Amino acid sequence: MMHAYLIQSINLFASVLLLLSFAMLSQRRILTVIHLFTLQGATLVAATVVVAYVTNQHHLYYSAAITLVTKVIVIPILLHRLIDRLNVKWDVETLINIPTTMLIGILLVVFAFNLALPIAKLSSSIAHSTLGIALACVLLSFMMMITRAKAVPQVIGFLSMENGLFFAATSATYGMPMVVEFGIAFDVLVGVFILGVFMFQIREQFDSLDIRHLEKLKED
Amino acid sequence: MLASLLHLDWLLLLCGAWLVVGALGIFALRRFRFVSHVLFPLGGLVCLGVFLVALSAIFESPETAVLPLGLPGLPFHLRLDALSALFIAVIGSVGAGVSIFAAGYFRKGEGTPPGLLCFQYHLFLTSMVLVVLADDAYAFMVMWETMALSSFFLVTSNHRIAAIRRAGYLYLLIAHIGAIAILLCFGVLQANTGDYTFDNMRGQQLSSFWSSAAFLLAVFGFGAKAGILPLHIWLPEAHPAAPSPVSALMSGVMLKTAIYGLLRVSFDLLQMQLWWWGVILLALGLVTALFGVIFSAVQTDMKRLLAYSSIENIGLLCVGMGLGVLFKAYHMDALAALALTACLYHVASHAFFKSLLFLGTGSVLHATGERNLGRLGGLMRYMPWVAWVTLVGVLASSGLPPFGGFVSEWLLLQSFLFTPGLPDPFLNMLIPVVAAAVALVAALAGFAMVKFFGVIFLGQPREAKLAQAHDAGWLERAGLLWLVAGCLVLGLFPVQIIEPIGRVTALLIGHNLADTVRANGWFLLAPMSVERASYAPLVFLVVGAASFYLAVIMVRLLYRGQLRRAAPWDCGYPAGNARMQDTAEGFGQPIRRMFDPFFRMDIKHPTPFDEKPVYSVSVDDHFWHWIYLPIAATTEAVAKLVGRLQQGRISVYLLYSFVTLIAMLVLVRL
Repeated sequence: MMHAYLIQSINLFASVLLLLSFAMLSQRRILTVIHLFTLQGATLVAATVVVAYVTNQHHLYYSAAITLVTKVIVIPILLHRLIDRLNVKWDVETLINIPTTMLIGILLVVFAFNLALPIAKLSSSIAHSTLGIALACVLLSFMMMITRAKAVPQVIGFLSMENGLFFAATSATYGMPMVVEFGIAFDVLVGVFILGVFMFQIREQFDSLDIRHLEKLKED
Repeated sequence: MLASLLHLDWLLLLCGAWLVVGALGIFALRRFRFVSHVLFPLGGLVCLGVFLVALSAIFESPETAVLPLGLPGLPFHLRLDALSALFIAVIGSVGAGVSIFAAGYFRKGEGTPPGLLCFQYHLFLTSMVLVVLADDAYAFMVMWETMALSSFFLVTSNHRIAAIRRAGYLYLLIAHIGAIAILLCFGVLQANTGDYTFDNMRGQQLSSFWSSAAFLLAVFGFGAKAGILPLHIWLPEAHPAAPSPVSALMSGVMLKTAIYGLLRVSFDLLQMQLWWWGVILLALGLVTALFGVIFSAVQTDMKRLLAYSSIENIGLLCVGMGLGVLFKAYHMDALAALALTACLYHVASHAFFKSLLFLGTGSVLHATGERNLGRLGGLMRYMPWVAWVTLVGVLASSGLPPFGGFVSEWLLLQSFLFTPGLPDPFLNMLIPVVAAAVALVAALAGFAMVKFFGVIFLGQPREAKLAQAHDAGWLERAGLLWLVAGCLVLGLFPVQIIEPIGRVTALLIGHNLADTVRANGWFLLAPMSVERASYAPLVFLVVGAASFYLAVIMVRLLYRGQLRRAAPWDCGYPAGNARMQDTAEGFGQPIRRMFDPFFRMDIKHPTPFDEKPVYSVSVDDHFWHWIYLPIAATTEAVAKLVGRLQQGRISVYLLYSFVTLIAMLVLVRL
């Protein structure tokens, strides 16, 4: 009985993840996007812990711990400090207007579910039905990177894409080998650092974080 | 221990010595005196060793070795047979002279630091020797590319000048296009066995279609290096750009490695020869020779003139090779051997006289700082050494006895005289025309050389500063004299020179010309029979010298006391000055008129009302406008089209990845 509830809760967490992805896609304020990202990380941790408990896979606890430290604590703090120092809490610009983005997002979700169907059938994991959601999260985050004109939301899109990947790995195969996970966690941290430095550089050069300024770097 | 070493081992040791000398140059990057007075002469000494070892190796049976270098499972196979030994002997002998000259030539503060130049120079020599030694496609390509790269850096040693960088780029580009064709040629030759050793290629029986494909690829690939039309355009740019010893090596020796490759592929690796291959080589060679000599006659830059003359000589080599292929295809081995002997003889003699001429221009360039013929003149008085030495090169280049150029061109014409024996009547009609054209080329080459020598060294100096020109230093003289000696030996002892060449033709065709030649005694060269044609160089020399001195004595006796000293070429007009002499442009004018369709000329005549009349003429190469510029324009247009992808917008780039990802996923789903 307990077991069935737990499996249900995994599906619940998965749908929360998807909802959060949509929320991030539609949100204009950077501060809120960061909050949503933190929330997404927390949901991911919770989902991983549940999967670990249900399947008795101990290494998933470690994965959950790493995710908690990096994506729920360290990176959000870094991002908060970043936007404080850059003084960009408000973001109004998207390249495509929000309703259109949402519609494209729905199409992507349908596509992702369709794509995951045969893979999910093959998988014997208890969370196999959530694979489509994980793929949809990846695609939606990618979409977010494309539609945002400012650098900070793009970074968040990148990080959230990594969340989706992680969830896909958990749901399809009970997570990746530990080495790979460590590597990815480290990569994400380094990526944030580099992008942070990069953003400061952009602002120093152009007095704005609008990445459209980078178009001027193109050689004619 | 030492006695047990094979020739090949000795050659490898000597190549190692070259690399050591070059590496020492790197450690003594800016110690100019050490590099020029110790390292370059040392390198020259090694050249001499290479020459001697290779010369004795020609008469030995082939030796092979496997070097454990390179990628795992792909060692370097090396093989020293008569063909490679002959080319190595040419590299060594010419390299010795050039190295000694280079010791006195390179000056401080000219572009690349001397130590680096020394390294590139010796690497260049080593790679040329190893190209010739290579016995598998892998080693060959590695060495071929090393040769191209080291010579590229040598060409661009004055890289601060934009025109030189441009010339170097053009050279590298064409060298690489050629290298691709060579690689494809080897790919065809290995016949899908996956084994790229030359040994395996020799054993393959290719169909006539694939043989022809391999042959044509080889002609294209090696032609790009040799400068066969229409791939010649890098030659007149790169040779003037390079320092003179480098142009001497490139023109005298490096172009020959391409000839070597072509010989190796068409006579050794391919087991059959088709008659139309010979016709293609003949036609290409003829056009190249004619084009080269006509352009060299109208040049006003002395090194460009020599570069075009190199194109002409490469054309003659191709003609010889083409005849060889033609005769071989009809199984007329003796005649094929004669044609190939002419070709190989010309390889040696061109190597000597062309490097001699390039070095001569180097001395002139250093003494005067001028490459433009219009600003030179009368240098014989100030630089007698260089002038006399260059005269030898000029005579050899014009194909006059008693120098090497005569023997090879004579042999070539001799082999044309035997073409009526060919079984194809169509060829029989056409080939006399080719022979006549070759004779025309020889005559025009003489014209170009008269212009070269006359405008630089005779007459009056066209600039005041030329009076300060100094003669070459002793090291430069030593190098020049070595090459002069080479020209003389090649001209005076043809029977002895044909001995080693005969070994090569015996290897490639199975017939040794030396057997017939030897029978007539050591001083008389009669390639087929004494009744047909013979040449006795020593007799010629004695008679020529005797009549010369007789004439001098007669003149002295008859005109005793009536000698009158006057400025040369003043046509009896006492107020003549340097501006009234025939100029380089003027000398080339008749050729420019006669062969008008060959050039793309842009002549600007002044109108009668011009205050300051200016006359200018620029002579351009049709091939630029016919082939290269259209290709460049197309490439640029395509690149622009592709360049539209590059928007500079990160979102668009992300969109590209996104669309690709979705497309791949759809593909997977289907």
